[in-house]
Amino acid sequence: MLSDFRTWALDDNANSRRQAAWGRRYRVWLALKGNPLAMIGLVIIVACVALAVLAPVLAPYDPAMQELGNRLAKPSVAHPLGTDELGRDILSRLLYGGRVTLGMVIAVVVLVAPLGLAVGAVAGYFGGWVDTCLMRVTDVFLAFPRLILALAFVAALSPGVQSAILAIALTAWPPYARIARAETLTIRGTDFIEAVHMTGASSWRIVARHVAPLCVPSLIVRVTLDMSSIIITAASLGFLGMGAQPPSPEWGAMIATAKRFILDQYWVALSPCIAILMISLAFNFLGDGLRDVLDPKQS
Amino acid sequence: MNTMIDVAGLRIAFGASEVVKGVDFNVARGACFGIVGESGSGKSTVLRALAGLNRDWSGRIAFEGTPVGLKRSGAFYTKVQMVFQDPFGSLHPAQTIDRILSEFLLVNRTGDIDGRVNRALAEVALPPSVRFRFPHQLSGGQRQRVAIARALIAEPEVLLLDEPTSALDVSVQAEVLNLLADLRRRLGLTYVMVSHNLAVIAHLCEHMGVMQHGEMVEQLSTRTLREGGATHPHTRDLAALSLSLETVDAPAV
Repeated sequence: MLSDFRTWALDDNANSRRQAAWGRRYRVWLALKGNPLAMIGLVIIVACVALAVLAPVLAPYDPAMQELGNRLAKPSVAHPLGTDELGRDILSRLLYGGRVTLGMVIAVVVLVAPLGLAVGAVAGYFGGWVDTCLMRVTDVFLAFPRLILALAFVAALSPGVQSAILAIALTAWPPYARIARAETLTIRGTDFIEAVHMTGASSWRIVARHVAPLCVPSLIVRVTLDMSSIIITAASLGFLGMGAQPPSPEWGAMIATAKRFILDQYWVALSPCIAILMISLAFNFLGDGLRDVLDPKQS
Repeated sequence: MNTMIDVAGLRIAFGASEVVKGVDFNVARGACFGIVGESGSGKSTVLRALAGLNRDWSGRIAFEGTPVGLKRSGAFYTKVQMVFQDPFGSLHPAQTIDRILSEFLLVNRTGDIDGRVNRALAEVALPPSVRFRFPHQLSGGQRQRVAIARALIAEPEVLLLDEPTSALDVSVQAEVLNLLADLRRRLGLTYVMVSHNLAVIAHLCEHMGVMQHGEMVEQLSTRTLREGGATHPHTRDLAALSLSLETVDAPAV
């Protein structure tokens, strides 16, 4: 079955659009598979996402269940990662927290990447005053440090997961617009785009179907490398009390509450810290690998 | 004579520098007109203005007696198509040959995409197996054939050729030139071909214009050139150069 797919996808004489497209994807996958660090990153990410999705099945306790007689307990058989200041099981909170944190990150990326791509490709392709307007707006957002701007947005809205997602998205899109614009500028004047002009295609069609798809690989790379900083921003907002609100278990918020007893009961803060570190590192590994595979300028 | 293309007083300037300084020529229906000149003489710029890719021109450009403006309509491109110089740069790197060829049909909402793509490939003598390949899987000559097929799929009357062979190996050059000559005969196409190589122009075209420093210094027929009737010194220089190149090349081949 798998070897059938392999020969089918790698066939140089593809017989259909679908086969050609899958052949292309399969070659990218093969190249990525040859990069051990990228594969480690991918495995960690897939594992984390699976753990977060399966949290209701895997978690030994309800993440909000308090057991005040057993506060700040050391790791034991009953509580593998110990309990927090209200006697809640840290392992369960960590698993459920993955849903909140990873969910925020995915929501941000889904909002940000298409927006940045659209703004950048349109600005780069049309040039002139369109470019000037869009890029000055981008500059305004870039002028402020990301976390400060996100804090201001959340404070102006109301602290919570949704406003944190919105705030991070609003601060995260300008770099993508910049990248997409730079790519578009190099693509805009090429002969193959001039050739598309000569089919009589409209400018919008050219941007959407011929220019933008070529910006996607470098955008994917950038998004993957940016994931860790989005996670850290999300966690920072949680830490500052501007993200997910208690009792919702969010990794940053978990560290924030644990900071009071970080020296005596270090395990309370340790596990969310490790979780953030692992997932950030994994996204960086994967991003590096993807850059080698997708970005022709690197090779 | 049935005039297909009429160019009069064509001037093209990029900012302050004028690249083309008043060029006039006519091309009859079904004829091939060559524009020859050194790099920087403005010959490709003239061709891009004809194709509507350059919008900094003034003067008159008319196809079949109808003057065209700076911006061309979709209908214009069903009549006029172009083949670019570099087959490595003129095919979209992330699209299959099938997608590249069908773009015109999708934009213009013509039916029978499958049939027309297959016919276009057959027209330029490419096997059907290349249809779902990507450009990087093809050789230079095959890529240029794809570029020609892309132009032909619009069923144009005029084909603008921008040094269609200069990026190819010598052996492949002859193949592509013969293909172009054959297509013109079979489909009754009108060609305007730009090249720095006088031999290539003389092989394909009956008439040619010689450009130097943005001016068309001489227009003559290939026969006059062969008989040594060139009057302008630059034409003679180019002719002498291509002759001497041929004699230098000859023993090696």
